[in-house]
Amino acid sequence: MVFLAELGKVIKKNIRDYGMYIALGVIMLIFNILTDGLFLSSRNISNLFNQMGYIAVLAVGMTLVIVIRHIDLSVGFMAGFLGAIAARLLRDGMHVLPTILIVLALGTVFGFVNGFWVAKIGLPSFVATLAGMLIFRGALLLFTQSTGTIIVTNDTFNQIGNGFIPDVLGKGDIHLLTLTIGLAIIGFYIYSEIKTRNNKIKYNFEVLSTPIFILKLLFISAIVFYIFWILANYNGLSWTFVITLAITFIYHILTTKTVLGRHIYAVGGNPEAARLSGIDVQKITLFVFSSMGFLTAISGILYTSRLQSAAPDAGTLFELDAIAAAYVGGVSAAGGVGKVTNSLIGALVMASLINGMNLLGVGISLQYIIRGGVLIAAVVFDIKTRSKIS
Amino acid sequence: MAEDFILEMKGITKEFPGVRALDNVDFKVRRGEIHCLVGENGSGKSTLMKILSGFYPHGEYEGTIIFDGQERHFRNIHDSENAGIVTIFQELALIPELTVYENIFLGHEIKKGRFIDWNETIAKSKEILHTLRPDLDPSRKVKDLGVGLQQIVEVAKALSKNVKLLILDEPTSALNEDDSENLLRIIKELKKRGITSILISHKLKEVIEVADTITVLRDGKMVARLEDRSQFTESNIVRYMVGREIEDIYPKRKKREFGEKIFEVRNWKAYDLRLDRYIVKEANFYVRKGEIVGIAGLMGAGRTELALSLFGNPLGYIVEGEIYFNGELVKFKSPSEAIKSGFAYLSEDRKALGLILNFDVKTNITLAGLKQLKNGLFVNENEEIVVAERFKESLRIKTPTVEQKVMNLSGGNQQKVAIAKWLFVKPKLLILDEPTRGIDVGAKYEIYTLMNRLVEEEGMSIIMISSELPEILGMSDRIYVMAGGRIVGELNREEATQERIMHMAVDY
Repeated sequence: MVFLAELGKVIKKNIRDYGMYIALGVIMLIFNILTDGLFLSSRNISNLFNQMGYIAVLAVGMTLVIVIRHIDLSVGFMAGFLGAIAARLLRDGMHVLPTILIVLALGTVFGFVNGFWVAKIGLPSFVATLAGMLIFRGALLLFTQSTGTIIVTNDTFNQIGNGFIPDVLGKGDIHLLTLTIGLAIIGFYIYSEIKTRNNKIKYNFEVLSTPIFILKLLFISAIVFYIFWILANYNGLSWTFVITLAITFIYHILTTKTVLGRHIYAVGGNPEAARLSGIDVQKITLFVFSSMGFLTAISGILYTSRLQSAAPDAGTLFELDAIAAAYVGGVSAAGGVGKVTNSLIGALVMASLINGMNLLGVGISLQYIIRGGVLIAAVVFDIKTRSKIS
Repeated sequence: MAEDFILEMKGITKEFPGVRALDNVDFKVRRGEIHCLVGENGSGKSTLMKILSGFYPHGEYEGTIIFDGQERHFRNIHDSENAGIVTIFQELALIPELTVYENIFLGHEIKKGRFIDWNETIAKSKEILHTLRPDLDPSRKVKDLGVGLQQIVEVAKALSKNVKLLILDEPTSALNEDDSENLLRIIKELKKRGITSILISHKLKEVIEVADTITVLRDGKMVARLEDRSQFTESNIVRYMVGREIEDIYPKRKKREFGEKIFEVRNWKAYDLRLDRYIVKEANFYVRKGEIVGIAGLMGAGRTELALSLFGNPLGYIVEGEIYFNGELVKFKSPSEAIKSGFAYLSEDRKALGLILNFDVKTNITLAGLKQLKNGLFVNENEEIVVAERFKESLRIKTPTVEQKVMNLSGGNQQKVAIAKWLFVKPKLLILDEPTRGIDVGAKYEIYTLMNRLVEEEGMSIIMISSELPEILGMSDRIYVMAGGRIVGELNREEATQERIMHMAVDY
């Protein structure tokens, strides 16, 4: 009885976070049933992760931008333009690593310029980045004018969006390295959870009771294991998946554990109070836009590599997909609220919808309408649960 | 003959998760009287008024409301306004960019056919304003009016809705003496016209001046209903509010020895580009170690602007002059530089500028001094809770846990959180800008005690900006008076009186 009561309390307290995961689970199960198990097949899940990578990375950066009460509309065509630069550099014979570094640096600079208009000059971010969107679109067209779509023939580069990590541990049907990484992640997760809990006990803080705690560990470990199991049965982890997870993890740590992260959320929560508390709001704004530019470069690389080419219309509407993913993930335009991990889930929800509907052969027109409906439903759920808790 | 009550609230109980905000409260208001509702912050006054105005709809509380002879089930503010109950909230609900007449009829515009009849609107506005402030031109924009006139626009708005019962929540807390008196005069004027008013106020002097009946709430219960004017004394009301006699509102102080000058400002000027004028014209002053220096003055004297221009100048004034801190000439380019040198500034507006309301208590407390909790790259979150618990204990912050969002705390407790934030950075000089504005007597006393402790035991220096003269006189070791952007006078504790300060503040 005590067990159930505590379980109920924990679920109620975290309903907003869990709601996302439950929604994702329900969407996936429905598609799986409708497609006779095709949706959750190893091959499709692997595909799904690769499809969402370049949007998920943008959604992570966009989360921080929205948290500090701004918006970045320029990221779509910026990603397209940066991808085209990468394709051109590779075509002109540059090696992969310097190409990537140059593109990442350029992206960061572009992001910094956006941030400069917003933080130093005081332009509304909507306007500054709308201008950026137009400029990058023009730049992309100009850049591909003489050549049309630039084909990328560099295999190493194309691996980023299409390749899988090599299985150095074996050559069987099951990708052993993937499974090992999965188990390592589970091990690390359990270790850090136990460490956090012991630390709290040392300080005499309230912690979950042992049975609930074990249940939570088992539940999450099982889900992680299942995902890696599915992937191990196909080609293993894709590079895109690795990059997306790594970025989300780094940003998760950055936002939840560091002083910088706390300051970002403080600026979003109340910029005036943050400034009077000694936080440099301009610096934070510059950082967040620069980081957005950096992630846009990664997104551009992922997309170009995946298509093995850079088209004159690359990046169209990426920004809106990223914004939608962040909102589905529960970020609030009022500022100061939103988690990068939830935005990743948001991106996954939107990608699952597209993937599932494609498998079912739903027409593109209906797809857009359904995605719009889901976006509204997600934000309504978020607002309703939020007002009840606070 | 039975008494004529316009409003009877019976057995009102309202619970929030974890707290009973109101506990079986009976509240009755006679027709045509001015009824003052007093109590400490968190005593349930605002909750009671929110129930009456339909902000908390019928069904979310227990008890009955009988208004104007009928039992009422207000579902929202619109319902209560239709019945003739209008509330003027502490935070004014006017649209700055619109004109006075547009604001007055906002939401119930006068129409001719399908369109707004502006001529009639202006004429009606003039008619209403004529009784309140004949000199106020209804075509002015609200943003160009002072707070005092804005309050009057709010009253006019209420009158345009055929108000029967007017609720004023702390209407004078942001007003200077003149505007306060003017507003109270208007409330009395309305009484003659048969309009009933409920006035919520912390300023007991004005309560005593205007009240016909006083209801005192404490911890969600009604503890007194005073109808006899002979009972209307400050000490009597305060006794009911806090449940104990406060002999002296200001805590005992030790004999103080001051150290050397820790902070000195010479020939300080600040120019506001947007307003295109000097907001600080001339300031010369100093603070010694272990001293509480009061800065008195009327609204608009430039006190807050002076403090902000010294504290890293976040509003970007053009400043000139010299600041000496610990004997060194310093220039603070941002609040963060000022904080690093040991200088802290508690804002007068804790909601807009002091706190992040949707963050929890602990995050607000550690916001300015977060670097102290750095453990390698990361914030030590356990240590953070320990720090927050320590302040919760020592400042007696009333909150169920330090993980409670600050927006759910009462004003006094929010203020304590804002103060804790600054104490955590261990400043040498602390500017407190209106530290007790809008908080109750008990919390005030605690803040005064804390101030004395900080200067006496920890050798901190404090500059207190305050509009309340008794507070300035009761707490300061030395007093500067500001008027029209200048520091116009300096008084010792011994020589200062309310009259002398006022004289300096108006005579410049």
